[in-house]
Amino acid sequence: MKTNQEWPLWEVFYQPGNGKPFEHAGSVHAPDAEMALQNARDTYARRNEGIAIWVVPSDQITASTPEDVGPFFDPANDKAYRHPQFYSVPRAVKKRK
Amino acid sequence: MDTKEKSDVFQKRIDNGEKIEPKDWMPERYRKQLIRMMSQHAHSEIVGMLPEGNWITRAPSLKRKMVLLAKVQDEAGHGLYLYSATETLGVKRKDLVEDYLYGKAKYSSIFNYPTLTYADICVIGWLVDGAAIVNQTMLAKSSYGPYARANLRICKEESFHKKQGYEMLAKMAGGTPEQQKMAQDAVNRWWWPTLMMFGPPDEESPNSAELITWAVKTKTNDELRQSFVDRTVMEARKIGVTLPDPDLKYNEETGHWEYGEIPWDEFWRVIKGDGPMNRERLKARRKAYEEGAWVREAAMEYARKKKYREGKAS
Repeated sequence: MKTNQEWPLWEVFYQPGNGKPFEHAGSVHAPDAEMALQNARDTYARRNEGIAIWVVPSDQITASTPEDVGPFFDPANDKAYRHPQFYSVPRAVKKRK
Repeated sequence: MDTKEKSDVFQKRIDNGEKIEPKDWMPERYRKQLIRMMSQHAHSEIVGMLPEGNWITRAPSLKRKMVLLAKVQDEAGHGLYLYSATETLGVKRKDLVEDYLYGKAKYSSIFNYPTLTYADICVIGWLVDGAAIVNQTMLAKSSYGPYARANLRICKEESFHKKQGYEMLAKMAGGTPEQQKMAQDAVNRWWWPTLMMFGPPDEESPNSAELITWAVKTKTNDELRQSFVDRTVMEARKIGVTLPDPDLKYNEETGHWEYGEIPWDEFWRVIKGDGPMNRERLKARRKAYEEGAWVREAAMEYARKKKYREGKAS
């Protein structure tokens, strides 16, 4: 007996510890946000891997595409002056660090 | 770029040790092979709950019951990590599951053997999960990012599975004569099927070469099998059980343990659906899927109604 529908897909993010940024864990299927959270906990945090979880409907995520990766990120390529290494500092000052 | 050029760039990325991510271009055959292999892996985790679940209500103590429950729950989790990773290739989970329940998708032959005593639970942890660790440690380096990450997650949990089994078997092997007999009997029955878990010998493995070229796998079936045998011989000795292979002997030159002829006829028979438990396993999985259908529908309908009411109220 086959079925023709399945529960919507949610992407799961968890915070591994206090002060840490959220990380993507994987996905779960669930009928609503509340069950998505519970399923995410049972699937991705059985051993206290996270202290907080986000669930987001997968179809609500907009991602950059690999085909555009060159033109999309190249505005950053020629701006070496955004990095501290671009600037010179007198030797004596450098040493004191 | 035409397909040939794209394939060359793809292979170069693989050879450089780069990971392939879901939206990256990949050869159609790479995608197909991954879907086959990853969903097969996921189905195996799910079916793998059955032989062990069989003993939860009859665990010898509360502690062992809690341990077994946690382990079986982990297996469900592993199945879900893997389905989730497979879905990134643009397939629906429902179709994957139904292809196994009503179609041609396969799962590991090991789960078509029965668990006759509690010693089988010990041996499954030690040997079957031990073999799975060898395989999954390699797959954690797989070229497909989501698959590698799912396996990494699995590996972190798998060593608990192996250790609880090994510890319990050690206890049993050092117990009463009757317990010792149970332990040895279980080792005798599971040893050869465990060696078959790594798949057919290299010269008869149709998918291996391609999977290695694409770095989906980085070692051959025979290499993995050998590394499992090498580590298991020592573990068996330490707890006083005997591996049922009279030809097992150490080769000083290679530094490996050589093993006897694996009963491959049995392997092919089980793969083709004629193992001791094939029918039973499929029946149990179909029953769970079909009898759970109304629950899935009801939950969906409840969510829809709740959303509708919330919309009305605001």
